[in-house]
Amino acid sequence: MNDIFNTLLHYFSFPFVRYALIVGILIALCSSLLGVTLVLKRFSFIGDGLSHVAFGAIAVAAVFGFTNDTVIVMPVTIIAAVILLKSGQNTKIRGDASLAMLSVGALAIGYLLMNLFSKSSNISGDVCSTLFGSTSILTLTMAEVWVSVIMSVIVVAVFLLFYHKIFAVTFDETFARATGTRTDMYNLIVAVITAVIIVLAMNLVGSLLISALIIFPAMSAMRVFKNFRAVILCSVIISMIAAGSGIIISILASTPVGSTIVAIDIVVFILFCGVGKLIGGAGK
Amino acid sequence: MAQLICKNVALGYEGRIVAEQLDFEVNSGDYLCIVGENGTGKSTLLKTLLRLKTPISGEIRMGDGIQATEIGYLPQQTVVQKDFPASVWEIVLSGCLNGCGLRPFYNREEKQLARNNLERLGILDLAKHCYRELSGGQQQRVLLARALSATKKMLLLDEPVTGLDPKAAQDLYELIEQLNKKDGITVIMVSHDIEAAVKYASHILHINRTPVFHGRKEDYMLSGVGFGIGSRREVMEHE
Repeated sequence: MNDIFNTLLHYFSFPFVRYALIVGILIALCSSLLGVTLVLKRFSFIGDGLSHVAFGAIAVAAVFGFTNDTVIVMPVTIIAAVILLKSGQNTKIRGDASLAMLSVGALAIGYLLMNLFSKSSNISGDVCSTLFGSTSILTLTMAEVWVSVIMSVIVVAVFLLFYHKIFAVTFDETFARATGTRTDMYNLIVAVITAVIIVLAMNLVGSLLISALIIFPAMSAMRVFKNFRAVILCSVIISMIAAGSGIIISILASTPVGSTIVAIDIVVFILFCGVGKLIGGAGK
Repeated sequence: MAQLICKNVALGYEGRIVAEQLDFEVNSGDYLCIVGENGTGKSTLLKTLLRLKTPISGEIRMGDGIQATEIGYLPQQTVVQKDFPASVWEIVLSGCLNGCGLRPFYNREEKQLARNNLERLGILDLAKHCYRELSGGQQQRVLLARALSATKKMLLLDEPVTGLDPKAAQDLYELIEQLNKKDGITVIMVSHDIEAAVKYASHILHINRTPVFHGRKEDYMLSGVGFGIGSRREVMEHE
């Protein structure tokens, strides 16, 4: 036991490990905040589609040799989020089909570009780390750490400022619109924040596993808690604990960060399902 | 005083007209029931009154110092998500949102308003309960309390008793009547329950693509327009 503690202490003497933990927990906080809304609005698939778009954008950024790829990836993902939201409201084009086309297309083109133009000697390694996150959380530059911290603060601030509006729009959009709430604007805000979170979370878990970060904590919390605020608080706590412990475990056991965090989220979900059944059974 | 004026309004989807020549006024304190067969434009009319759709032609005006956003709306129950984790308090409070503007939190008056509305509908003790675990009648009361939080003057109800058992339906009708008579709230209700419409409403608007009848319910009963629907429904029930 003492050994583990000493190893941890040793690792935490490196600044990049501390950064990874801070950024990881912040990302987990942001992604779970909106997760509840996305799941309840049946938008969770948008997170999945957007992460593929972000992957494509990263490939493009790599081809053009940008050192800080957030400059390209962030705007592209935000634009894609807005387009997806609009196409989802348009009944003429099937929302799910256009989403599938966009996400698969971005994935394919991204991989193609990486293969054609990449100067790196280890393409499959690059692709793997973009898809599954692997070690990129441990290789953050100081600039990336600051971008993540500032973006997280903005996401949390926007969420708190618009909390009641987001609740109203999530619960009953028609009523909100009829009584004069600008639902289009709040849907747009939700879409933009989702895009920001996905770009941030690429570093932590990679583009294929982001949806797990958004969906699992929300679904776990909804099994047990029965009002909106408690569900959000609970999913935030679950997500932060899962991210923190996931990062520590991955350092100690040399496992990939992203999949470790998601594995913990899955275990928590199963636990909460059990607890929910127990409480539900007692209540009825 | 007319609170709502419809002038030669035509409604429809993508240029296809489902109802037209709608000409009517709703005065303060009226209880108007909009009746008619399915697919005759009742729900479209309601959505247009709420400004969720724009009419194809004609004009809808609000009068008597009431804004379009100050209409309390009770949607059909099926519209609201049944598995949503929300407490009664959170839902009723969300009705106050139209008074908030850009302010991020509810102030004391709005919380008091929500509390008063819970009390008025006799569900104050349910405030902390989870919405999805309530009975159908209780859920409708919660949504009615939310609608009351959004308005002081006018309620729009879309088939409010659909899916309720007869006892709960009657309770809800009596509650709405009380709000109309005692508190002077104007009620506009879309319904295909002609019997209840005739029993509780002060005015009837019967549409079947065009208005078949609009006026006081006493005249409606004399006109015999409503018998068509009523008797047909009875036949269906007998089968």
